[in-house]
Amino acid sequence: MMDDIFTHAFAIAVLAAAIRIATPLIFGAIGELVAESSGILNLSIEGTMTVGAFAGFAITGETGSLWLGVAGAVFAGGLMGAIMAFMCATVKVDQIVAGLALNLFGGGLSFFLFRTVFSDQASTGMRNVGVFKVPHFWGLSDIPWVGEIVFSQQWLTYVAFLSVPLVWLFLYKTRYGLELRSVGHNPSACDMRGISVPQKQYFATIFGGMMAGLGGGFLTLSTTGLWFPELISGRGWIALAIVIFGNWRVTWILAGAVFFGFLDGLQLSLQAVGFALPYQLLLALPFVLTVVALVVNRSRSNVPLSLAIPYRRGQR
Amino acid sequence: MTVSHDSPPPLLSVEHVTKLFPDVVANDDVTLDVRAGEVLCLLGENGAGKTTLVDMLYGVYHPDDGAILFHGEPLQIKSPGEAIELGIGMVHQHFELVTPMSTLENIVIGTDDARWANLPAARKKLEGLCEQYDIHIDLDTEVGMLSVGEQQWVEILKALYTDVELLILDEPTAVLTPQGIQRLFQFLRELKKNGVGIVLVTHKLWEVAEISDRVAVLRKGKLIDIVNTAETDTDELVRLMVGRDVVLQIDKEPAVPGPVVLHVDNIAAPGRSHRGAIKDVTFELRQGEILGLAGVSGNGQSALFDVLVGVNPPTAGTIHIADVDTTHVSPKKIAAAGLSAVPSDRIHQGVMMDFSVQENLILGRHRSSAFVSRGILKRRAIREFAFTAIKDFEIKTPSPVHKIRLLSGGNMQKVILARELMGHPPRVLVVHQPTRGLDIGASEYVRRRLVAERDRGAGVLLISEDLDEVFNLCDRVIVIFGGTIIGAVDPADANYEEIGLLMAGISNDSNGGGGSSS
Repeated sequence: MMDDIFTHAFAIAVLAAAIRIATPLIFGAIGELVAESSGILNLSIEGTMTVGAFAGFAITGETGSLWLGVAGAVFAGGLMGAIMAFMCATVKVDQIVAGLALNLFGGGLSFFLFRTVFSDQASTGMRNVGVFKVPHFWGLSDIPWVGEIVFSQQWLTYVAFLSVPLVWLFLYKTRYGLELRSVGHNPSACDMRGISVPQKQYFATIFGGMMAGLGGGFLTLSTTGLWFPELISGRGWIALAIVIFGNWRVTWILAGAVFFGFLDGLQLSLQAVGFALPYQLLLALPFVLTVVALVVNRSRSNVPLSLAIPYRRGQR
Repeated sequence: MTVSHDSPPPLLSVEHVTKLFPDVVANDDVTLDVRAGEVLCLLGENGAGKTTLVDMLYGVYHPDDGAILFHGEPLQIKSPGEAIELGIGMVHQHFELVTPMSTLENIVIGTDDARWANLPAARKKLEGLCEQYDIHIDLDTEVGMLSVGEQQWVEILKALYTDVELLILDEPTAVLTPQGIQRLFQFLRELKKNGVGIVLVTHKLWEVAEISDRVAVLRKGKLIDIVNTAETDTDELVRLMVGRDVVLQIDKEPAVPGPVVLHVDNIAAPGRSHRGAIKDVTFELRQGEILGLAGVSGNGQSALFDVLVGVNPPTAGTIHIADVDTTHVSPKKIAAAGLSAVPSDRIHQGVMMDFSVQENLILGRHRSSAFVSRGILKRRAIREFAFTAIKDFEIKTPSPVHKIRLLSGGNMQKVILARELMGHPPRVLVVHQPTRGLDIGASEYVRRRLVAERDRGAGVLLISEDLDEVFNLCDRVIVIFGGTIIGAVDPADANYEEIGLLMAGISNDSNGGGGSSS
């Protein structure tokens, strides 16, 4: 068995899987980072990914177009974000309650629609809408190691990794990003400078929802071709944990997503060669490490200072 | 209303403005004007409606009735952003700063100069402003790491950055040393010369006399009068402000200090945030005296208060109440040793806002057999206790079961005082900013209570940033700076310059006293 583990093929399989598995986590976590930077704690990522995955599944199933499915996933995620933003930035309800409620809503709505629209498949077995082909880059994909690990991934995986530097540029190098982060720290100060707090929070939360929707869409349209209620299986919660684990910094969030992807990939490959490591251990690890990171970072936390606190003018 | 054509309209006119809040008329038919190149003081007690009025000028609120004219044109702004664009700047009473960001970032947000790589241009403009007005602020330091005095200048730079014609300052001197106030006033005079109209909100009379050209006095939302500063005096202003004659000086007998009741020896403790830790704090408090602890906010007062009441254990040193070592015991045991305390933040630390008056009156004492029997609260005993407290401490409340949230700040403070004093007269009474935000009547009441406690035989430690209060009330005064006791002053001299230097960290070695001199 040890011989199976210390082979090129095994290492390549684990590393390629790490990048693949990290993809939905990156979408979810990077989107959540933007939302939280504006002060909105959106706990509904899991439900939003479920909705996104279902939208991708349904639209591709109806139209036969995978790219239309991706657009549908993004749109549905954005709608979920818009509901969250409305509740938090306009009605100003408790964000924890709103997020948890929206989570249940997203999961329930998707399953309801699935049963209604695809009632025949629900009883007779699963329908597969198909997945994207892995693009082949002439030359690049044939490089040993690098080509097999990095240049043999899904289109959406490249999108996820590309979104990281773009979001970093946006948050830290543009006026809009600076103001968005300021809103997350002190909305009152921004209001007094003429910055519209709800506008920033709507933008950030809708963007976060779109990213989560895309993460869900990736799972359907790039890996399984299927939709079932447990498809997301906690990836939304892991994405939330990664934002905390990464101490609200883009680079650490990327590292966290890839690291958790690696753990999961390792677990899968070990199972494939019959290594009996309890998989629950690796499932629990993201949350354990997040708690550890919280303790380690407690004195230099980058948490937005007004996270989850509704802002009303004239109230302190 | 027509404006005559031979004189230009005033910079700003407020005409018959009324502002209603659900439970109070904040401004009632207020009419006044501000001219370019003058300082108009808005004078009034807490709750007189000063802040509401200036918030309307800045677009935070909108008048329910009446009009505001700027340059003779109706001012119809929905948000502070539009006010800034028109040339109206404001320095808020509670700073509006994004503490994890740099000075530069705090200043550019909301302006057009925040775009992409345009920060160098903003930096250049700011450096020019700093030079012009002789302001020394590091533009790249996180604002949260600056002292409160420096943060005030960041707020001022924010207003200047967008070219102000009208500058509003809401209680800007509360956090400054006497020297810092002089520096601010000098700056305001310079602005005045450049034709800027200035509105200064304050409740301090000497500030009015020192800086203003005219004074508008507000009382309970109404404009009482506008007078030329040169033609009035303190007595008249007080009468206008309060509506009756007030004795500003508290009469008290000379102190008769007894034995030491609180001995604080070389303690150190972390602060509530990055700033405000204490180190090597040593002093003694005697029975029958009021000891003042003066200092600019953020120099360790909160950490010291937390250590004394026991919520923040010291990392070094010892504390004794009379002969009992209370260095590392629980707040409950410290209270049992005879220490009562009144925190500075009434709303968050002093009371439970949604609890009733009577519940707040027994908070922390609810375990006493007077109020509880086998775990069941004695309703009748609590009610009787509450009625006594309401009578003895002149608490204005419709009933003991009224939510404390609905009381005024002064009445809340009376509830806290009653809780801390009734039934168990303390040996040591620690009060932190006990009159902050109270009107003159309630402040007078609190101060007289403190003197009464002293005369009864308690040792009173008054932690305050209000120098008038400190000089008025205390028998001895020590000054805290950077977390240590830097010196002592004699309150009988009331030397503002001397105490101001100490508050700024400039030590006077000749004056020993309570501090650890090294």
